[in-house]
Amino acid sequence: MYAQMIKTASTGVKSDEDMSDLERQFQARIDAGEKIEPKDWMPEDYRATLIRQMGQHAHSEIVGTLPEGNWVTRAPTLERKAILLAKVQDEAGHGLYLYCAAETLGVTRDEITEMLLDGRMKYSSIFNYPSLNWADIGAIGWLVDGAAIMNQVPLQRTSYGPYSRAMVRICKEESFHQRQGYDAIRACAEGTDAQKKMAQDALNRFWYPSLMMFGPPDSDSVHSAQSMAWKIKINTNDELRQKFVDQTVPQAEYLGLTVPDENLKWNDETGQYDFSQPDWGEFFDVVKGNGPCNVDRLADRNKAWDDGAWVRDGMMAHARKKAAAKIAAE
Amino acid sequence: MTQQEALFQFLLRMGDNTLILGHRTSEWCGVAPVLEEDIALANTALDFIGQTQFWLGYAGEVEGKGQDADRLAFHRDAWDFRNLLLCEMPIGDFGQTIMRQFLFDAWHSIYIARLLKSSDPRVSEIAEKASKEVAYHLERSAETVVALGDGTEESHSRMQKALDYLYPYVGEMFLADDVDAAMVSAGIAPDPTALRDEYDALVQKVLDEATLTVPGNRFAQKGGKNGAMHTEHLGHLLCSMQWLQRVYPDGNW
Repeated sequence: MYAQMIKTASTGVKSDEDMSDLERQFQARIDAGEKIEPKDWMPEDYRATLIRQMGQHAHSEIVGTLPEGNWVTRAPTLERKAILLAKVQDEAGHGLYLYCAAETLGVTRDEITEMLLDGRMKYSSIFNYPSLNWADIGAIGWLVDGAAIMNQVPLQRTSYGPYSRAMVRICKEESFHQRQGYDAIRACAEGTDAQKKMAQDALNRFWYPSLMMFGPPDSDSVHSAQSMAWKIKINTNDELRQKFVDQTVPQAEYLGLTVPDENLKWNDETGQYDFSQPDWGEFFDVVKGNGPCNVDRLADRNKAWDDGAWVRDGMMAHARKKAAAKIAAE
Repeated sequence: MTQQEALFQFLLRMGDNTLILGHRTSEWCGVAPVLEEDIALANTALDFIGQTQFWLGYAGEVEGKGQDADRLAFHRDAWDFRNLLLCEMPIGDFGQTIMRQFLFDAWHSIYIARLLKSSDPRVSEIAEKASKEVAYHLERSAETVVALGDGTEESHSRMQKALDYLYPYVGEMFLADDVDAAMVSAGIAPDPTALRDEYDALVQKVLDEATLTVPGNRFAQKGGKNGAMHTEHLGHLLCSMQWLQRVYPDGNW
């Protein structure tokens, strides 16, 4: 999942007494593990929070194709190019499922697209970092999709039915993405000195931004409690970050690559790795729009949307003509 | 020219068409006009790259000098490429991209259908695998050309402009040379000159529906399929496509 810093549209978790009857029944259904479906009653805050979260996730899929598109035309073999194209195709497909799932909450795809384009909605901070060498494509699959999977697997159990079902489909494809990424960076790590340098350089640049994908530390994450009560969010940011580090460090060791963290070490007592936090000041800068690629990414999306206006208009005009002709013929 | 050399050239032509057009299509990654088109364009590019692996893989075997599909794709210079000029033209706006796709798909579908009956079993097997993809490409590009030709005033005029720009590159598909003659006599591939009427009828039907006018001038730009003279665009395409392999030739990717 690529949703960070989702501001829950509520002032905090309501106590049982503060809830209306409808809210109490709604919470009881969630507590019982039932799925909420589009036509069911739901609190407006639940709806608004989900639109933000699913929208941000969908936008991340779409913007995420840009750093990969940066290398599609320079992929080093036909097979790597084909794999990357398949991955990009999946991601556009994920964006489509998620926009469709968000539409069941009463917001159109065009409306939330406009919110991305004018900066009202965000996408994951990770896509504001550049893809500079070929091994970055491996690192994106291995680390970025790996971090996304950490979040998405529990979200298959999320309370909103359409989101949960979209996540089941997406998770299947994401694990292929992670494997292909790991395989691409492995080929570099096992390759010539220049290729090894690419792999290490990619890990150096993507390590901390990947840790940021889980969002700020729990101590600073003020919006989580209500989302967790609603089962829109399943695990805390720190839980997932720790799980990611524990899973990823042995993979880096296997590749012979060095995780850029002097404080990284296995802790026998906790049975987990101790590790350094990313620079949260940098994270908030990126979220505010000051990352290395924020301006270019949004400009690319805006240009694609504006340049494509005549195509969308032309297709709609033709569809209307066809529909009118069909009615006339009947 | 020996039969083996002719077969090699024929296979390069097939594989270079799909390689170069697949590359062009992949340039749309992330910036298509609508999400469904992002998916469709990535899918089309993926099909072409898959077909390239078969055609160039077989070409390398026929040549017998130890070159595999990747070696042929990433280590030849422009003068050794045998794709139609149409395939290397820039993507332009979406109208130019989809019009080129349609003009190519129409030819590709007719040509591949003949290759199903090729006397060379490897050729017919590759054609068999490609034919379903090619049929789908044609269905989609024809539908899109019709929708945009018969859409708004602006989409109509952009599609007509794209057709006028690309039409001089259609004629090359139907030119025949020694390679084609050798393929015809061995029963491996059809005579390109014999396919024009079928092509014209198909294209005319779709363009009529799209309310577009087929240019009257049949002058043909040529030099791609025999490598005599490519456009200036091909060299730039190779600069990005081959860069990593050329800078790090010892790499195993």
